[in-house]
Amino acid sequence: MNHLLRSLAPISDAGWKLLDEEARERLTGALAARKLVDFAGPLGWEHSAANLGRAAQVDGTPCEGVDAAQRSVLPLVELRSDFSLSRDELRAGDRGAEDVDLESLDESARRIARAENIAVFHGFAPAGIVGITEASSQDPIRLSEDFDAYPGDVAKAVEQLRRVGIAGPYGLALGTGPYTGVIESTEHGGYLVFDHLGKILDGPIVWAPGVEGAVVLSQRGGDFLFESGQDLSLGYDSHDGDAVRLYLEESFSFRVATAEAAVALTAG
Amino acid sequence: MGFDQYHEPPGELAPATRTFARLCASLTEEAEAIGWYEQRLAVETDSAARAIMRDAQGEEFKHFSMDLEFLLRRTPVWREIAEGILFQPGDIVEHGEEAEEEATGEAVEEATPGDPSGSLGIGGLRGRAA
Repeated sequence: MNHLLRSLAPISDAGWKLLDEEARERLTGALAARKLVDFAGPLGWEHSAANLGRAAQVDGTPCEGVDAAQRSVLPLVELRSDFSLSRDELRAGDRGAEDVDLESLDESARRIARAENIAVFHGFAPAGIVGITEASSQDPIRLSEDFDAYPGDVAKAVEQLRRVGIAGPYGLALGTGPYTGVIESTEHGGYLVFDHLGKILDGPIVWAPGVEGAVVLSQRGGDFLFESGQDLSLGYDSHDGDAVRLYLEESFSFRVATAEAAVALTAG
Repeated sequence: MGFDQYHEPPGELAPATRTFARLCASLTEEAEAIGWYEQRLAVETDSAARAIMRDAQGEEFKHFSMDLEFLLRRTPVWREIAEGILFQPGDIVEHGEEAEEEATGEAVEEATPGDPSGSLGIGGLRGRAA
């Protein structure tokens, strides 16, 4: 048994299967960052820091005539989102119910996926994560209020990237509002904005809950590095007669290797 | 190219299982290639040809090791058993028996379905837009 303590939960094998499948389905749709950045790992719960390959000089020395330097690392952050499920509902699932209420698990999955997206795209200073928009050395572009003007904005971002030698294909992360607008919009002449954006980018357009505005970033690889310790997992916390308290958890670090490889498109 | 790496109908297999099967097939091919180069090196007398074959075999060592590492990362029990055997001095069979007992004993104790590590196995999602 590992630290997730799954075998201590009053949940049947079929129940765990149901919960794992539900969590996987909900998370996969919302984990936008993983669709656009390099993913390494999982390297395990014991993995604590990413190697940055740098060292800082240490003041002083244990012995005269000897210099000391200390390695710089990026510690992994642990994200955890708790929720609880009715044991009656889990029992219904064991009997074969098709409509088991897993809303609290779904909400938990939405929260942790959103948190991961925010950390990657906009940073999470308390954990030392500098996000893509924070690290970008490119001038941000103001996102138009009309969705059918988005292709012009995105074309400008792509042009900025090309001008500094950042090769494509390019990906586009769209916050929830802009994404909805894009898939519902047509330009003059009936051309779908979504299709037009796809032609400009030659890469993926991703719904990114938690992202403010939009971000255009290179998909050539090597620019944005997500290092997974423990990949997203369901763990057990405690239970009583009515409910089981569980959580979704992961550990990861994120760093930007090429500051000029992304352009933020800011809303409003 | 055929699709012999699938033992079950591919349409019934999850994407992660298909990837796993592809890498298993690749691992087998690399091991075969290593064996073939070993045989060719044993009979070749031309030193230039031998140097090329040795270089090519080195590539296969690398490919085999990368395939193996990928599969071990995706299969915690396999990884645990491998850790008890690989790069350990002493009796290989003894290490194998001990590692298997430790790893599978824990797996039985775990008695929860899916990946014994508890991971949902989501990993990287490049290529899966929207």
